Amino acid sequence: MTNQTHSEETTTGLSHNKLGMWVFLGSECLLFGALISTYLLYRGRFADGPAPGDIFDIPFTSVSSFVLLMSSLTMVLALSALQRGDERNNRLWLLTTALLGAVFVGGQVYEFTTFLREGLGYTTSPFSSAFFTLTGFHGVHVSLGVIFLMSLYVSSARGNLHKERAETVELIGLYWHFVDIVWIFIFTVIYLVPSPTS
Amino acid sequence: MSTETEHTTESDKSDDEHSHEHPSDKKYFQIAGILAVLTALEVATYWLESVPGEILIPVLMIMMVVKFFYVAAWFMHLRFDNSLFMKFFVSGLILASVVYAIFLTVFEFWHKG
Repeated sequence: MTNQTHSEETTTGLSHNKLGMWVFLGSECLLFGALISTYLLYRGRFADGPAPGDIFDIPFTSVSSFVLLMSSLTMVLALSALQRGDERNNRLWLLTTALLGAVFVGGQVYEFTTFLREGLGYTTSPFSSAFFTLTGFHGVHVSLGVIFLMSLYVSSARGNLHKERAETVELIGLYWHFVDIVWIFIFTVIYLVPSPTS
Repeated sequence: MSTETEHTTESDKSDDEHSHEHPSDKKYFQIAGILAVLTALEVATYWLESVPGEILIPVLMIMMVVKFFYVAAWFMHLRFDNSLFMKFFVSGLILASVVYAIFLTVFEFWHKG
């Protein structure tokens, strides 16, 4: 967003916090790149355990993906509302985004427990280790995002989040959209691209 | 829902000229609609068993990149913000792509799959 909320002067004329967030997100590309590459290398090594093509529930994961995708919409609406000075709608959209994120995490917990019941544990095979590490790391990112969103909601409910602090919401929003972008990648590469079967 | 959001403070005027205007909420809903349709198309490919991987995988990759672009450009405002933000993000993205393409090549992923 713009610099209307800046109280500091910077050499670039840009917010240091926002610049820092973009650098952080750039570095996160390397983290998730490592995890996705490792998964791609190991997805065919499932030993005697279930193969990815046997165990993935695409319809279920599609619904979770859709929920996370729509949470990006509610996040940007929360920011838009605060920039207009509409604190009530800002709280409403923040809460909706947090709820959608929680639904996604709940879906992931359900998926993991189903896989465990079907014999796919963390150490069952190189495939399972890579899969749980990648999707687990993403799930932790979403969970942290939900905590950040709820912190913003509480801050707003206490009357501490006004139009002048819209950049704070924007920074959390950038993080949230990035987590969504990573899932767009994971959903296609891990779930939708045809996987090996046993 | 709002109309067009405008930024007219003095500090903005010194910024990159693309950083001034942001989309309306209506536009955000339109983008979300496009993303939903693309996701539905992606998921539909799951039931297209007769399509060979040589066609299916590039189609999925294209849809994924388009979705990526829409979220980054519109929801993350890269389309409107100062270009320096995009440079930092794209640098990380390119670095990751090159490093892990080399990584996968070293482990013969492209041949063995």
